[in-house]
Amino acid sequence: MAGSSTSARKGLIMSKKIIAVDDSATVRQMLSFTLQDAGYEVVQAVDGNDALEKFSTESFEMLITDLNMPGIDGIDLIRQVRQKPGNRFMPIIMLTTESQESKKLEGKSAGASGWIVKPFKPEQLLNVVKMVLA
Amino acid sequence: MIDRFRETFREEAFELLGGLEGALLELESRPGDTKVVASVFRNLHTIKGSGALAGFDDVASFAHEVETVYERVRTGELPVTRELINLTLAARDQIKATIEAAFGGGAVDQEQAEQILSGLGNLLQEENDCALAKGDGQDAPLPTPQGAVTYRIRFRPPEDLFRQGLNPLGLLQELKRLGTVRMAAQVDAIPYLEDLDPESCHVYWDVLLTTTAGESAVRDVFIFVETGSDLTVEVLDAQGRLDLDEAGIDLEQILVEEGELAGPRLARILDREGSLPPVPTLVQGSGAGSSGPLQLCQASETLATSMTPDSIRVRSDKLDSLVDLIGELVTVQARLTQTAAGQNNPDLTTIAEEVERLTWDLRDQMLNVRMLPIGSTFGKFKRLVRDLSANLDKEVELVTEGAETELDKTVIERLQDPLVHLLRNCIDHGIEPPEKRRADGKAPGGRIHLSAAHAGANVLLKVRDDGAGLDLETIRARAVEKGLLGAEAEIGPRELSSLIFTPGLSTVRTVTDVSGRGVGMDVVKQAIDALRGTIEVESQPARGTTFTIKLPLTLAIIDGLLVDVGGERFIMPLAMVEECIELDRRQASASERRNLVKVREEIVPFIRMRERFAIGGQAPQIEQIVIANADGHRIGFVVDGVVGEHQTVIKPLSRIYRRINGLSGATILGDGRVALILDLPRLLEEVEAEERHP
Repeated sequence: MAGSSTSARKGLIMSKKIIAVDDSATVRQMLSFTLQDAGYEVVQAVDGNDALEKFSTESFEMLITDLNMPGIDGIDLIRQVRQKPGNRFMPIIMLTTESQESKKLEGKSAGASGWIVKPFKPEQLLNVVKMVLA
Repeated sequence: MIDRFRETFREEAFELLGGLEGALLELESRPGDTKVVASVFRNLHTIKGSGALAGFDDVASFAHEVETVYERVRTGELPVTRELINLTLAARDQIKATIEAAFGGGAVDQEQAEQILSGLGNLLQEENDCALAKGDGQDAPLPTPQGAVTYRIRFRPPEDLFRQGLNPLGLLQELKRLGTVRMAAQVDAIPYLEDLDPESCHVYWDVLLTTTAGESAVRDVFIFVETGSDLTVEVLDAQGRLDLDEAGIDLEQILVEEGELAGPRLARILDREGSLPPVPTLVQGSGAGSSGPLQLCQASETLATSMTPDSIRVRSDKLDSLVDLIGELVTVQARLTQTAAGQNNPDLTTIAEEVERLTWDLRDQMLNVRMLPIGSTFGKFKRLVRDLSANLDKEVELVTEGAETELDKTVIERLQDPLVHLLRNCIDHGIEPPEKRRADGKAPGGRIHLSAAHAGANVLLKVRDDGAGLDLETIRARAVEKGLLGAEAEIGPRELSSLIFTPGLSTVRTVTDVSGRGVGMDVVKQAIDALRGTIEVESQPARGTTFTIKLPLTLAIIDGLLVDVGGERFIMPLAMVEECIELDRRQASASERRNLVKVREEIVPFIRMRERFAIGGQAPQIEQIVIANADGHRIGFVVDGVVGEHQTVIKPLSRIYRRINGLSGATILGDGRVALILDLPRLLEEVEAEERHP
């Protein structure tokens, strides 16, 4: 199932575009619904490669990515995204699990801005997004 | 050196004592208001501190004693009672007297001081006994709001913050969502332009945050940047004493200037004072980082001037001479304009116009400088009314409105006495004793409403009481008795009321200490007249009396109507002028000695200026009557011609001419001539007096 672009609130020129990368459809859905409800536009990607493809044709205000994915893993994706000139200051949030404490530091040095620990509540997600997308 | 401080302290103390008095009176009506208690405490505290610095040790230790009492009021242990207020007011007076004694005032009554202190001591003692009897614990801390804590946070992000995709503003906004926030950005680490990397973050922040969320929630905000940043989160106030919304000081300023020191310093002040006082006191009371009282004083002076809104004390004689100088300038400028007009030189005319514009601007601004809000006068009156009503066994409350209305400084000074007299009158004669009021179905406490407001180019002051009103019958009787009124004369209530302004007419049978000598109301009227104002009285039996005073905004300048009589120029106050009509000599009624003319349906008497001022020459066939309203009477003044409106600076006449009635000064016109300024009410009086006794 290829990721599909879902435009929330068509006509809302000002909504920020977020790309959500996770191999789990449930997570992608939860991210989409929560963020769209809050007025953001969400583009889904199923894995690292899909995400990079989308990056080559579109630009985004923010990246949320899982760390455990087939193909390019999250950390690598973050590194590659950061290297693209237009993405130098883009907020990048990793989705980690409790057992991946060490990944936070690794992600940070790869260029991530912050993280959210799974499982998370919608408010937690929105709080983080609000904070970095100030 | 010390002397200079004494003078400065004297001025400062004057203001503080004024503030103290105001706060005490407010406290009396709102005993539960902690802010007012804090205000009283602050004033005492500052008097103590500054007094000690300036060498007024007796004042300092006296203030200290009173301050200790209010410490207990602040914690709620000592209740605010009438006696406490009385004693504190007495203490305030005592402090004032002690300071004045050092400047040549009367000797200090030491016994009085001791009485006050022992009075206060007794109050404390009673409370102590009470508390012991109840078995209360001591030192109850101030009530705290639910767990709100104030933190001081210093956040210094890593330089590559932006490259991490983070925005410091987002983090600061996150802090805002936790509670109330005051913050300052510190920019001292930003390098010069040549070395600046715009993609790096060089700014750091000092923040004060009051929140119920707890310290971990605060730290959580910075969770993404904790490793790379410099983050300090310390508790500033755990007792909810600090209200960031209300803190009347430029917190951001302090945060910016003090940086690291701000937190501990603020904490120390909170501990000592329990709240953050306004900036000057804050600065003086801290003592952080300075050594010796002298340096502290100087340092506080500089900081205080930089932190307080820009204002500066100026001696009034300096202002007066400035106004004089500007007056001269205006006069010369008028001549310049006139001369330029006759020269037919366009360059000169342009320059003259500019000079005129600038001069008038300068004059307006200068007059504005001399304007002060009337509020300080109102404040004094509250105390007066309180004392006076206590003296006369009446309950009277003074309510004021329009304290921010500004008037010329001199006008305010000269209004004091008349207003005081009006208030005295209201309390003495207007407001009835409580029993009588109750019997009449009124509230036992009387109320005097004192209001000030701008109305066009004037200021309207009203003194209104809800007392018994004027006793018109008695006034009439007395007027007839004194021969001011014919026994059969028909006279309306308005005219009857205004008779109270006549000298010698007092309707009070017994002369009290306060009033009744019949020298009051007419003196009031004279004072108001001297200010080129008017006073009217209106009364409703059993409902009350209202005095309305109308004053021009400034004494120095007059808006006048320039008229010509036989080549002589006169100025009539424009405010009084109602209209101008032509007078054909044939029209003037020749049948009676009185000069009368019919204006629409009204008969208006007139005065011939030519005759009045014995100006020679022949009057023109068609003359002009300027109809003015003087003291409620419409009178015409016959002149040769009306030249036009003329705004002019009033110059007083020299001593030799002072006794001439009907002139309130003179001015120099643009062509260098002198024009006399007419005092219409006085002129009218003169004429009437002459008519009565030809």
